[in-house]
Amino acid sequence: MGAITVSGLGKAYKQYPTRWSRLAEWMLPFAGQRHRLKWILHDINFQVSPGEAVGLIGINGAGKSTLLKLITGTTQPTTGNVWMNGSVAALLELGMGFHPDFTGRQNAYMAGQLLGMTVDEITALMPQIEAFADIGDYMDQPVRVYSSGMQMRVAFSVATARRPDILIVDEALSVGDAYFQHKSFDRIRQFRKEGTTLLLVSHDKQAIQSVCDRAILLDGGRLAREGRPEEIMDYYNAMIAERENDTVRQAEVEGKLQTVSGTGEANVSDIALLDEHGERIEVVDVGSPVTLEVRVKVNAPIPRMVLGYMIKDRLGQPMYGTNTHLKQLPLDDVKAGEEVVYRFAFPMNLGPGSYSVATAIVSTDTHLVNNYEWRDLALVFTVMNMRRPHFEGSAWLDPAIDIQRT
Amino acid sequence: MISPLMLRGLWAYRGFVLGSVKREFQSKYTNAMLGAVWSVLSPLAMILVYTVIFSEVMRAKLPGNDSSAAYSIYLCAGILTWGLFAEIVARGQGMFLDQANLLKKISFPRICLPVIVVLNSLVNFGIIFGLFTAFLLVSGHFPGAVFFAIVPVLIVQVLLAIGLAMIVGVLNVFFRDVGQFVTIAVQFWFWLTPIVYPASILPAQFRPVLDYNPMAPIIQSYQTILVQGELPHWERLWPVTLLALVLCVLGMRLFRKRAGEMVDEL
Repeated sequence: MGAITVSGLGKAYKQYPTRWSRLAEWMLPFAGQRHRLKWILHDINFQVSPGEAVGLIGINGAGKSTLLKLITGTTQPTTGNVWMNGSVAALLELGMGFHPDFTGRQNAYMAGQLLGMTVDEITALMPQIEAFADIGDYMDQPVRVYSSGMQMRVAFSVATARRPDILIVDEALSVGDAYFQHKSFDRIRQFRKEGTTLLLVSHDKQAIQSVCDRAILLDGGRLAREGRPEEIMDYYNAMIAERENDTVRQAEVEGKLQTVSGTGEANVSDIALLDEHGERIEVVDVGSPVTLEVRVKVNAPIPRMVLGYMIKDRLGQPMYGTNTHLKQLPLDDVKAGEEVVYRFAFPMNLGPGSYSVATAIVSTDTHLVNNYEWRDLALVFTVMNMRRPHFEGSAWLDPAIDIQRT
Repeated sequence: MISPLMLRGLWAYRGFVLGSVKREFQSKYTNAMLGAVWSVLSPLAMILVYTVIFSEVMRAKLPGNDSSAAYSIYLCAGILTWGLFAEIVARGQGMFLDQANLLKKISFPRICLPVIVVLNSLVNFGIIFGLFTAFLLVSGHFPGAVFFAIVPVLIVQVLLAIGLAMIVGVLNVFFRDVGQFVTIAVQFWFWLTPIVYPASILPAQFRPVLDYNPMAPIIQSYQTILVQGELPHWERLWPVTLLALVLCVLGMRLFRKRAGEMVDEL
């Protein structure tokens, strides 16, 4: 239960030159077709195995929503088919069909019925729905007095009242307050643990990387790439930066794909983590002082050069990032052929685990203006706890403890 | 015509269908102080207007029947049942367009929408016609056992309305002119059917035109039952029954063929 197989899926909309040509086509079926097909999705193939979590990413207009609509069955595919087994819950647009004059409770019934539940089932689930939505007395007030967040809480609670075999989530989750976002994500994680297959569409890097096992990148209605979430997210970020000149490339470094993109005016020729004696290290003890040394080779004159780096954990979640623009140390008028060495000294206050460093050579504080070079997984290192008592988490926030007993 | 798959979908979503019918009824009256009274008052007002204008002001009398109560019953027999027909068709033409958001975002059996429209119209009709029946009983004009002959007539009429509503509803998604046209056409149709006037006052040369109006035999059957207290001429209902079935089959075929494309067009 819970498998999704998408094979040869394509979607095209019919476009008629004038309003009359559709009528002509209907009335004169033998006179040939008068419409043009506008293809939105081409030949999409992928599989999601039971219990797996797959993230779907792509820029606006890449075809993500259309793909989800095809999978949930709201629209019919032009070619290919979707095969699923098990119960499906789709959180595409929360609060659809809510009637403003009815109370939250009445709307919850309606939303449940729209998902194919019977009144008895909804009644049985109601205490749990109410508890999860957590909007108190508002449950019995008309929805028109709700804030959009409250409406969304009720809608989410109903849609996920029962654990489905397959859960399809659109960016819907980015609405609502931070507290409820956490709560809803916890519920999704819980479902995952219990074996629900998840298909998640999001622009939110964190969401994709922390929940998904695999990611699929859609570009221009085609399946552009499929793989581990960090790789795909890196590729996606680079792709956004490189819309014009397509120079994104990936290379394998220590079993992981390194994504390099950029216009190439400068590049990172060497990167290393040094200990207090200036020796290169790959394993760092928690809390020990280190220096990140980055050598930049300049290939063409750059009016203003900024170097940034980001330390990420093994899921690709950012731990810490900064750049020389934020630190107000940009270099002006860098000449071709120069070599610049940057040294960033800091104590390694991270918890045990594997981390990576991404670098960016840019002109301001974002890589979206001038992206000279963007390099993901430029360096991989491991933090180990060798001298300290055991602790949990990915940050080293050692407290001074004061306890008073009276 | 209706596939087993469609029926299974409909059955699975029975809660949604019934809930929608209930909610639509509630939503109409939740914010009105007089509540459901309005669903009775508006047709009552119409009947009053017609009775006053035609029987009192214009001194219209039914041929062979002198009382003005008979004319009121004649009017009600036609207007109330026409109202059911007109409501199904009018709401049918907008049923897919009005629910565009729902259709685009949520996957549910589309056949639910026409079913909801028909059930809602039947509920409204049930209320007003129930009151009318109560009036007949109280005023001593109840025709007796013959009254139940309206059931088969009603079935034919609803089938005709469903067939038309399906065709018009689907077409309206692709050609928005259809909805506008149907609204006007139904108005003309009303006056081309002997509802407010008896067929006998038409000049003899126009009377054969009524033979081509499928609603005429239906409305006349109601009038025969409720005013004269006689059984209708069943044989005159066969052509319209056939037409209703043909329209239903066509409507369902159109719906099934275009349901997928419809969502792309909304």
